[in-house]
Amino acid sequence: MKYKDYYQTMGVPRTASADEIKQAYRKLARKFHPDVSKDASAKEKFQAIGEAYAVLKDPEKRLAYDALGKAPEGADVAPPPGWQNNFSTAGAGFDDVDLADLFAAFGRGGRGGQARRPVPVRGQDVDISAPVTLEQIHSGGEIEVRANLPESDARGVPHLVSRTFRITIPAGAANGQRLRLAGKGGPGHHGGQPGDLYVALALTPHPLYRLSGRDLYMDLPLAPWEAVLGAVVRIPTLDGHVELTVKAGSTAGLQLRLAKRGLRGPDGVAGALYAVIVIKVPSQISDAERALYQQLAEASKFQARANFG
Amino acid sequence: MSMQVTHAVWLNDTAVCSIEHLVEVSGLSLDDISNLVEDGVIAPADATNPGAGFHSVYVLTVRQARRLRDDFELDRNGIALALTLLRRIESLEQALHMAQSGHGFVLPVAGDLVGKD
Repeated sequence: MKYKDYYQTMGVPRTASADEIKQAYRKLARKFHPDVSKDASAKEKFQAIGEAYAVLKDPEKRLAYDALGKAPEGADVAPPPGWQNNFSTAGAGFDDVDLADLFAAFGRGGRGGQARRPVPVRGQDVDISAPVTLEQIHSGGEIEVRANLPESDARGVPHLVSRTFRITIPAGAANGQRLRLAGKGGPGHHGGQPGDLYVALALTPHPLYRLSGRDLYMDLPLAPWEAVLGAVVRIPTLDGHVELTVKAGSTAGLQLRLAKRGLRGPDGVAGALYAVIVIKVPSQISDAERALYQQLAEASKFQARANFG
Repeated sequence: MSMQVTHAVWLNDTAVCSIEHLVEVSGLSLDDISNLVEDGVIAPADATNPGAGFHSVYVLTVRQARRLRDDFELDRNGIALALTLLRRIESLEQALHMAQSGHGFVLPVAGDLVGKD
């Protein structure tokens, strides 16, 4: 069993009072609570803080934790005598057991003869995010979602077990949309209902499109002569390629709107696709091209900075 | 590793669930949920018929309310304020994202240049 320094996680000394621990938790929660923090690692940090607080706020759990002694973070520690009585049925060790899982089960199993009256405890709800592509939410389809869910082994010791679910995404689902898989979270205890699994769709960045509601934006690179002379260009959309006519004299930043070529909504109505013109210039040119550009520069009356005065 | 094909319920503003369901999934009491309705944080699917239930997307709101209450010891007013501000931040972030999607250019749209397949 790997040691975790819960006091260090909470930023309090081992002698901290219950009130000091609570204050430290509030302070850390304001910083790392996943409902308020935008820090990408906030969820993970808050999970560690919550794990530490769940043990240190409970006098009985804190006493048991303190009995482990102090060790470096991650060091192998052996549970004090008596702990095995709670879970082990065949003298199995605790080598592969996570300290958090053990404390989560602490008190549910009547440790050390101090049996508690069993109360139905609802299983833990589990929140995960599932990456989806723009194409998947546009057209719908099945995705596989993997979640690490708490399950108790034969000894009654909880472990995280990887489970895979196949879920169907309806066409027109939205980025961030959530779904609930009833009863697929952590197991209930003493007759309690299992928790639920909540899955949030997380749209992976697309190499071509930027999403805004149901509208899509894409850069449309044009060669300088295409922008000046106009062109018919073939562009990819979610429903196949289309040909788009670019008018002569199109400038960088101009948005060309293709109706109903955006993302399909749940009502089947698609947004628009905006092609944003970007003028690309060659980084290397041949002697012949250079001569032509020089010829153009001499012939042209165009003033690119006329507004500078 | 086993694969489970399972029924999932989408949490959106189309499907409707009962107030009892919100109680069950959030761990809040019926009074807590009623307070959220009174404070305008959540609203019945049909304003003229409070018994019609709530859009399932509110499952997320009531769970968030429960987390905020437990983790910050917020009272009724604190929960309502926090949730209102969080919704406002989400709305502003969406507006910002929409502005950034078009590279922030404030340019006239060239009109419908409908492509041909």
